[in-house]
Amino acid sequence: MKIIFNYLIFPGFVFSACIGLLACWFDRKLTARVQYRVGPPWYQNFFDIIKLVGKETILPQQGKLTFLFSPYVGCLSTVLVATILGNNIFLGPGGFNGDLIVVVYLLIVPAIALMLGAFASRNPLASAGAGREMKLILAYELPFLLAVVAVIIKSGGVIQLSGIIAHQEYYGSNILSFSGVLAFLVAFLCIQAKLGIGIFDVSEADQELMSGVLIEYSGMPLAMFKLTKALLLYILPIFLIVLFLGKDLNPIFIFIKYVALLIAIILIKNTNPRLKVDQILRFFWGVPAILAFSAVILALLGL
Amino acid sequence: MSSIRTKIATKSIWVFHISCGSCNNCDIEILDCFTPRFDIERFGIQLTGSVRHADVLLITGAMNKKAVPRMKKVYEQAPKPCLVVATGQCALSQHMFRFSYNVDQPLDKILPVDLYIPGCPPRPEAIIDGIVKLTEKIKKGKPR
Repeated sequence: MKIIFNYLIFPGFVFSACIGLLACWFDRKLTARVQYRVGPPWYQNFFDIIKLVGKETILPQQGKLTFLFSPYVGCLSTVLVATILGNNIFLGPGGFNGDLIVVVYLLIVPAIALMLGAFASRNPLASAGAGREMKLILAYELPFLLAVVAVIIKSGGVIQLSGIIAHQEYYGSNILSFSGVLAFLVAFLCIQAKLGIGIFDVSEADQELMSGVLIEYSGMPLAMFKLTKALLLYILPIFLIVLFLGKDLNPIFIFIKYVALLIAIILIKNTNPRLKVDQILRFFWGVPAILAFSAVILALLGL
Repeated sequence: MSSIRTKIATKSIWVFHISCGSCNNCDIEILDCFTPRFDIERFGIQLTGSVRHADVLLITGAMNKKAVPRMKKVYEQAPKPCLVVATGQCALSQHMFRFSYNVDQPLDKILPVDLYIPGCPPRPEAIIDGIVKLTEKIKKGKPR
């Protein structure tokens, strides 16, 4: 009963969806302020989701099942990540040994769901977007995993989130060490690629792919994908906070750290042009991969 | 319940823009609505790239013979409650192309039009006024 409550209400679906949609609104509002506009009111993203639920859902002729179910798979897995992270930071130490690995795996599932849905829709633009999403995953996974490995080594080989938090509570945040700074910078770039916004907006590219992977989606599945994006905007900065800024995890400090990370992400998104997908691949396998690797070596040396 | 839903629908209008042989002036004025001076995103209005996301089809141009079948196809692809807005004098009444060889009929003889925004081109203020009238229309009656 408690597990279902955790999954559906408090650190799980309802709570994280509300925070995520508010974060999406914050993104739009701050973007508007950067461009000297007024921006939408705070309830805008909730209204968008509710409106999309009421719209007609148009299905492709073949591959209906994959097309319909992939948004739900992506959304459910992100909710699971939100539950695991929220249990650890709001409800005290808990979880199971190895939940860090589970979180890292589950964070890939939304991208895979996006690709499956796009390929099932049989739209050429969606296929192009899905191909780009695949290359994006190839690009950012290597430095992201290396950054996570650096954190694991720093906290003495613990692969449990509560263990990592406890280690930082005792020894100070990971970001205050050399290896921690390098790994944090790399992971910060990687979560922007995971969100697919700003510099790394290649799969949903509004400019030339016409919202690419989502092009054939309408109604409820589209709302699910929008919700998944909103949830990711909540989960990924929280994941960074757990990994690198884990000292003093009470709600006020979490909120301040989260908003600071969010503002940084949004400002980077608004002040930088987009990269092509081959440039992204070259970029991630170049400097960030080297930085992450050196972070791992520094962590092994104990710095 | 449905009244709340229509109220929400008026606060979140996603627009898909179709040009059926317009001279580009209406299109530029539509883009002007999204600039800092007019900023209709504050009412929840967004331009979408895909018809599947659209709530409103904003159609400009004189409906020439090549564009009309494609426009019909696009209308069929839109998810349905979907409104049609004729923007600019050409879409309303064919304007100066009335007796032209490649233009058959105005937009409202082809698709069910819910709102007319006159002007050559309509000013952004006129478009915003049209949007207000559209939301009032949605609130009053059932959208198609």
